[in-house]
Amino acid sequence: MTATENPKTYKWVGTRPIRHDGYDKVVGKARFAADLNLPGQLHAAYLRSPHAHANIVSIDTSAAEAMPGVKAIVTGDDFPALDITDPNHDVSINVLARGTVLYHGHAIAAVAATTKAEAQAACAAIEVEYELLPVVLGIDEAMAEGAPLANEQNYQKFVGPTDPSNIATHTPLERGDADAAMAEADIVIEREFDCAHVHQGYIEPHACVVDTGADGKANVWASSQGHFMVRAISAAVLGWETSRIKVTPAEIGGGFGGKTTVYLEPVAARLSEKAGRPVKLVMSREEVLRSSGPAPGAKLRIKIGATKDGELTAIDGWMAYQVGAYGDFAGMVGAMSVASYKFPNLKLESWGVLSNTPKTAAYRAPSAPHAAFAIESVIDDIASELEMDPIDLRLKNAAVEGDLTAMGMPHPRIGLVECLEALKASDHYQSEPAEGAARGLAVGFWFNIGEQSSATVNLNEDGTATVITGSPDIGGSRASMALMAAEELGIDVYSITPVVADTEAVGFTDVTEGSRATFATGKAVVEACRELKVELCRRAAQIMGVDEDQVAWVDGAAVSPGHGGGEGGEPLTLAAITAQAKRTGGPLTATASLNAAGAGPSFAVHCADVKVDDETGQTEIVRYTAVQDAGTAIHPSYVEGQMQGGSVQGIGWALNEEYIFSSDGVLMNPGFLDYRIPVASDLPMIETIIVEVPNPSHPYGVRGVGETGIVPPMATIGNAIKAATGVRMTSLPMSPPKVLKALDEAD
Amino acid sequence: MSRTHITCTVNGEATDFLANPATSLLDALRDELGLTGAKEGCGTGDCGACSVLMDGKVTCACLVFAPEAEGRDLLTVEGLSSGDGAEGDHLHPLQQTFLEGAALQCGVCTPGFLVAAKALLDNNPDPTETEIRYALAGNLCRCTGYDKIIRSVQEAAVQLRSAT
Repeated sequence: MTATENPKTYKWVGTRPIRHDGYDKVVGKARFAADLNLPGQLHAAYLRSPHAHANIVSIDTSAAEAMPGVKAIVTGDDFPALDITDPNHDVSINVLARGTVLYHGHAIAAVAATTKAEAQAACAAIEVEYELLPVVLGIDEAMAEGAPLANEQNYQKFVGPTDPSNIATHTPLERGDADAAMAEADIVIEREFDCAHVHQGYIEPHACVVDTGADGKANVWASSQGHFMVRAISAAVLGWETSRIKVTPAEIGGGFGGKTTVYLEPVAARLSEKAGRPVKLVMSREEVLRSSGPAPGAKLRIKIGATKDGELTAIDGWMAYQVGAYGDFAGMVGAMSVASYKFPNLKLESWGVLSNTPKTAAYRAPSAPHAAFAIESVIDDIASELEMDPIDLRLKNAAVEGDLTAMGMPHPRIGLVECLEALKASDHYQSEPAEGAARGLAVGFWFNIGEQSSATVNLNEDGTATVITGSPDIGGSRASMALMAAEELGIDVYSITPVVADTEAVGFTDVTEGSRATFATGKAVVEACRELKVELCRRAAQIMGVDEDQVAWVDGAAVSPGHGGGEGGEPLTLAAITAQAKRTGGPLTATASLNAAGAGPSFAVHCADVKVDDETGQTEIVRYTAVQDAGTAIHPSYVEGQMQGGSVQGIGWALNEEYIFSSDGVLMNPGFLDYRIPVASDLPMIETIIVEVPNPSHPYGVRGVGETGIVPPMATIGNAIKAATGVRMTSLPMSPPKVLKALDEAD
Repeated sequence: MSRTHITCTVNGEATDFLANPATSLLDALRDELGLTGAKEGCGTGDCGACSVLMDGKVTCACLVFAPEAEGRDLLTVEGLSSGDGAEGDHLHPLQQTFLEGAALQCGVCTPGFLVAAKALLDNNPDPTETEIRYALAGNLCRCTGYDKIIRSVQEAAVQLRSAT
C-alpha cells in the first residue's frame, strides 16, 4: 500500500512488472559465481590460522608442493607489501597474512590443485611455526590503559601514523550545551547497552573463478556488490595496473554490505598466474562466518533529557564499536547516524576499537542499528515515564527539513513525520494487540549515498532498447532501471533489456551500496535516455523535413505540428526512427556518467506486537509493520521486499543472532545451525506501508530503500518486550536465556 | 579412488554418471551433470539451497552421497517446468507465482524453495499459512523476510487446486 501518493502520475514508474532476470532465476539457469566451470580449471583451498593472534615464524610448503595434483601455492610473500598509509593496506594483509595472524581463521596460504580435496590435503601439509601473542577480545579490555595491541600495524585514523593503537577512530560531535541542558531537564534517563557481532548471512558463500592468461591479463568472474571495486582492490593487492584485470559480474547471492570488499580474487589470480590454468576459489559456510563479514559488536551509553511535556532537550552518548582486527571506519558512523530528532543540545563520541576477531564489513546502514537500538530504547522509556503515546512524543521532536543531523548538516526535505503519521493511521496501530501480546515501535534513519555511476542506452533497429549499467543487481535493480527507461522513452518495459556489464563494457560504476543503485545509476539511465530523446527528435525532424524545434517527444513518438501530432501525418514512433537510423546519421546510442549528488535521507518507523513466554524467555513476533519513506517507489514490490528483508534481518539481530567466541578467540558457532538466522516458521507476514515524499534531487524522486529497514527492528522489539513484561532489555540479542534472566531478576 | 557408475532418473530422463563414492549428490549434479540450479549455501544441511526431490521427498543434496542416488527418481529445479525450461507457459505455477509475487531478490535460495514448495503442495494441496511456514522452515532466505515467498506458495496452491 502507498500512504502518500506521488503528485506525479507515471505510466511505468510505480508498476510491478515481472523482473527481466526473474525467469532465469526460477528455472535454475541464473549463473552465480560458483556455477561457472572453465576447461582445465583447478580448485583452490586455504590454510587458515588456528590462533587468534600470533607471529608467523616460518612457513614450509615443501611437503605440500610434492602432494598429488598440486599445481601452485601462494603465501603473503607472493604479494607486494603496501605502505601503511595505502587505503588498501588492510585488505592486502587480510587476504593473506604477512608475518602476523590477527584472528582465528585468518588466511595464511592457498593451494590450487586438480581437485578441491587435493588442495585441502595439501593445505593440511603446509607446516607453520607460530609464536603466540596476547589475544584482545573485548572493548573494555582493548581500551584499557596498557592493553596489549590487537594489531601492531594499526594507527588511529586522522591521528597517525604515530604510535600503534587499539583505537581505529575517535569521533566527537557536539552542539549546544548538553551538560547544562541535562541539569535543567525535567526527566533524564541514562542506560548502557551492548550488541554482539552479527553476520550479514548471505546464502551464497564468496566465490570466484579467475583465469590469468599468458598475456598477464586476468579474467575474473566474481560474486560481488561491485565489480569495479573487485578490479581496483585486486589490482592494488597484486601490484598490477587496473587494466590487467577484467571482472565479469556473476549473479550475486546476497550481500547486504558483506560483498563490498575483496577476499578471494587476488589470491585466485596469483594462483592462476603461477599454475597457468584457471582457478576456482569458493568459501565454505564455515569460512564465510570465520573469515568474512561480520558487522561490529558495540557498547553504548546513552543519556537523554526531556521536559515534562516531552520535548527532548539533550542527548549525551558514548558509543564504542568493535571493528575487528583492522582499523575500520565503522566506529565513526555511530555518532553521525543520530539524525531523527531535533536535539538542540548534543554531545556524542563514538570509537572504533580493535580486537582479534575478523575484519568487519558493512552490513546494511552500517553502525546505525546499534545506535538506534540504544537511543530508541531510552526515548521509549521517556515516553512511558511521561505517560505519552510513543508516536506523539516522536512527532513532537521529529526532524524536518532544515533541522541538523548530529554532524551539523541540515536535512533536505525528509519524510519522518509522514512515516510516523502513516503508522499512527494504520490498521495495525489502530487495532489492539492480540490477547497476551504487547506493542513497541521505533524509528530508524539512514543517510543513503550517491557516488559514481555510468549507463549506456542503445536503441536497437527494431525500436527496442538495451540499458547497460555497471551496478550488480542485488534485488531487482535491473527492473527499476528498465522501468525508468520505459518511462523516459515511452516504450514497453519488456522492450527494454537491462544488462549488468563487465568492467570493459560499461563506464566506471561504484559499488551497489548505500541504497544507491536505483538513485544514482537510475539517474545515469535517465540522463542517457533524455539525451537520446533529443537525438530522436533531431532524426525525426530530418525524416519529416521540419525544423528540430518543431518536434517534441510525446508518449514514445516524435510529433510535430506540421507532421503528426494533430495535423497531417502520423507521429513517428521510436521504432520508425531507429529503422531509418542508417540514413539519418547512424546508430542511436547515449552514455551518461555522473557522480550523483543529493541522495535522499531515508526514515522508517516499525511497529511490533510480541508475546514473551515467561517460562522459556522466548519472544514471538505476532504482528509486524514496517513504514518507510521511499521517495518514489519505482517497483513497489521490490521496495516492499527491501523493507521486509531488512525487518527480518533486524528481527534475527534482535532475538537470535550473535557471534560467540571462546576465551582464546575461536568462533564457537560457525554454521547456520548455531548461528541461527530467522526461518519462515519464526515469523508472521511483514506488513508494509510505503510513504512517498519525493527526493527533489532525483528525476523521479527516488531516495533508495535498501538499508533503513534494518535500523528500527531491535529497539522496536525491545520496546515491545518492555511493554509485555515491564523489563528493559539492554543487550543484543534478546535471546531466551537473557530475557529469562532479566525476568527472574525483576521478580 | 575408483569412480562408481550410478544409474538413476533425473527430471524424468534415464541418466547415468560416474562419481567418487565420497562425492555428494550435490557436487555430482552440479559438476558431472551440469545441473547447477541446486546451490551449496552451507554444505551441512542447514540452509536448504541444495534441495532436490528424491523419490518425491525433499532432500538436501549436500547430505547425500552420489552413489545413494542409484535407482532413484530425482527432481531438480531444472525439471520443475513442463517444457525445456523456456519462458512462458511451460513454467510450473510456483515458478510463475514466485515471479509475479516478487518472491525472489538475489535468487540463490529460490531453486531450493521451489522444490520444497512443490513437495509440500504435492502432498498437501490446501496448506494453511502455518503449514507452509513449517514446510519451508528448512530453507533459508536472507533477502525477502519470507513474506512474498509464503504468499506466492499460497497463490500457487489456489491455482493448482482450480486446475484439477
